[in-house]
Amino acid sequence: MGGKICLGEMTGAVMETIWFCQVSVMIAAYVLLDGFDLGAGAIHLLVAKTAEERRQVLAAIGPVWDGNEVWLIAAGGTMYFAFPALYASGFSGFYLPLMIVLWLLILRGTSIEFRNQEGGEVWTQFWDFIFSAASLLLAVFYGAALGNVVRGVPLDASGYFFEPLWTNWRLGRETGILDWYTVLVGLTSLAALVMHGALWLQLKTAGAVNQRATRLAKRVWWAVLSLTVMVTLATFAVQPSVPANLSAWPWGFVFPLLAVAGLASVRWDLAKKSETGAFFASCAYLAGMLTSIVFGVYPMVLPARDSAFSLTVENAKAGAYGLKVGLVWWAIGMILAAIYLMIVYTSFVGKVAAKLDSRD
Amino acid sequence: MGNALILDRLHFAFTAMFHYIFPQLTMGLALLLLYLETEALRTGDEHFNRAAHFWARIFGINFALGVVTGIPMEFQFGTNWAAFAKSAGGVIGQTLAMEGVFSFFLESSFLGLFLFGEKKLGPKGHWWAAFLVWLGSWLSGYLIVATDGWMQHPTGFETGGTGEILLSGFWKLLLNRWSLWQYAHTMIGSVQTGCFVMAAVGAYYLLAGKSENYGRTFVNTGVIVGTIAALLQVFPTGDMQGRLVARNQPPTLAAMEGLFTSQRGAPLAILGQPDMQRHQLDNPLIIPRMLSFLTYQTWSADVKGLESFPHDEWPDQVVLLYYSYHLMVGLGTIFVAVLSLAAWQLYRKRLYQSRWILWTLMLCGPLPFIANTAGWMTAELGRQPWLIYGLMRTSAGISPRVSGGNVLFTLIGFTGMYALLAILFLFLIYREIETGPEPNEMNQSADQWVAKSVLAK
Repeated sequence: MGGKICLGEMTGAVMETIWFCQVSVMIAAYVLLDGFDLGAGAIHLLVAKTAEERRQVLAAIGPVWDGNEVWLIAAGGTMYFAFPALYASGFSGFYLPLMIVLWLLILRGTSIEFRNQEGGEVWTQFWDFIFSAASLLLAVFYGAALGNVVRGVPLDASGYFFEPLWTNWRLGRETGILDWYTVLVGLTSLAALVMHGALWLQLKTAGAVNQRATRLAKRVWWAVLSLTVMVTLATFAVQPSVPANLSAWPWGFVFPLLAVAGLASVRWDLAKKSETGAFFASCAYLAGMLTSIVFGVYPMVLPARDSAFSLTVENAKAGAYGLKVGLVWWAIGMILAAIYLMIVYTSFVGKVAAKLDSRD
Repeated sequence: MGNALILDRLHFAFTAMFHYIFPQLTMGLALLLLYLETEALRTGDEHFNRAAHFWARIFGINFALGVVTGIPMEFQFGTNWAAFAKSAGGVIGQTLAMEGVFSFFLESSFLGLFLFGEKKLGPKGHWWAAFLVWLGSWLSGYLIVATDGWMQHPTGFETGGTGEILLSGFWKLLLNRWSLWQYAHTMIGSVQTGCFVMAAVGAYYLLAGKSENYGRTFVNTGVIVGTIAALLQVFPTGDMQGRLVARNQPPTLAAMEGLFTSQRGAPLAILGQPDMQRHQLDNPLIIPRMLSFLTYQTWSADVKGLESFPHDEWPDQVVLLYYSYHLMVGLGTIFVAVLSLAAWQLYRKRLYQSRWILWTLMLCGPLPFIANTAGWMTAELGRQPWLIYGLMRTSAGISPRVSGGNVLFTLIGFTGMYALLAILFLFLIYREIETGPEPNEMNQSADQWVAKSVLAK
């Protein structure tokens, strides 16, 4: 272990903060990558009408979607090993929504796979519908889950909690997964991922699908804008740690500014018809929103409704030795993953063929 | 909360057993595909290329189902086994996170290129894609077995102030002796699944008189590789597993063998039904002194029976454990017999004519799935009543706040969803086998569909 001396000297919350950032980066990578194929799935039936057009949508995400989903597993695994108490508490507390997310992931993954098996028109229509519905619900559920983390959960001294799907839709002590705030975050997430997916399809397709995706992206941009404003105001009221962190460390304004700049340049790039620019602007918007949230709740990893019981990087972290060794293999693994990602995305550059019989 | 424990166990057992149908085939097939790809590259013969194509399509379907049924496994450590996840996460989180970081990225990146990118990559590039998919899946297998191996035989840890288990030796976790042997045994088991499935499909083609050219390649490959695997499964890997259990989990060995009272020169029970009231085997068929010899290499060694251990250290499902173990060993023995016979006939160049051996090979197709499942049941039931052997009891590991009612709800949900997946899976695999490896309307258009649409450039 080469960096032994420098790592050994780390004191305070440095090591767990590094892992906090690393897990956040992996989650952000998941949202940016799987986000576009979830969004594309959610609008699959809207932007693609004929069998040929639907094939194009599927082809635009076909070779990458399962690789994108791996970021969820890798981020989950990394969170598990760096913050075991968070994994235990969060996953058991969000038992029902996570199981629903699993079922949706299974339905979605198999529908892509089964759809591509030639089985006639009814077969294809059925799987297209399942694929689209599961993608849409996943976008909403992920947003609601994020909303729960920001709002805080009913943790007590045991370090555990259990949330039913809903209680009275208010933000009291006994919260449910769904209340007005988390539903608002869920809708914001849906709008943002629809925009993200539409911009991906705009980038990867030509012809009618491209035109519909562009039109949809332009329209949904307004929804993203207004929901972002609402959710930001609501978040400042719901989670006092967000304004507190921003005033304690004003450099943190760089994160919300990234989101604002991203959203503005989505509009700008759409106007000047820069397809690549618009997609990357949307990436910047999503990254800005996510980093603003994790910056706003730090050092908490799972805020409690009663702040005395919040899980923080300090009380949820794994042993020092494990975190230290992890740093070495994690860095190697991420470099390899970045190389694979480049190989895959470069062999999949450009637009998908508009017609099946077009020659190379 | 008593019923939550049993439901959490069933939840994990059911989803794990269903999941493992798929990876055991893909891990085995990955090796056989690499062989077919190597032959194609070496000989330049289109025949091997088409053969590889056919199995790549079956591999693809299995892989997709393996991925989607695999995600719930990692989630369940947190959702259903939170107390375990919390105290041991610092250790087994390492291997689980490494699986995601090192193998899943590798597999998912190169599987798409392997399945659809042949024209783009050229023969050599395609071979490398096959190699990397094989590497990814076998690495994944190791990291999962290392996780289980640590639960069976914990090493490289220390206990922290509040009772949490902390990692203290990374390489001790990764190179756990138990895990290395268990890995060898598990992977050879999955190679047998791949071989039997390949041989069974080949035998079916020969019996049905279609695609006979390919049928012969499939039977050949399945029988030759399978015979080697079947022998290695018994010795040294199975033998070593047994000795490790005898040394480290003596009550488990006694329960597996149905040995209630300690004896010098203990017999090996081939058949018989454990009677838990009277502590004896009914209708026993035994080989005298054999158990002593297999365990300690002397005919008169003293083997401890269940009665010499405190009752709360017994595996809680002695009968099920006994049957799982006997099923695994029985099937393993049948595999050696069937495959050796087939290999002998192959050597004498009579295999393709002896229809009864082809029939046997075809009907044996599903059996390795049962043997591998029984093997995992032996390992996991044998670990009971411990979740981490000697460190944490299973009853202490469940999520304290998740009620039995919620667990049953999701167990029912998984049962329904997996029943649907199983039906679709069988339908698709049947269709692939009927479509066959020879170039025809169905598989040509399917290949083109994907290749053209995703890699149009």
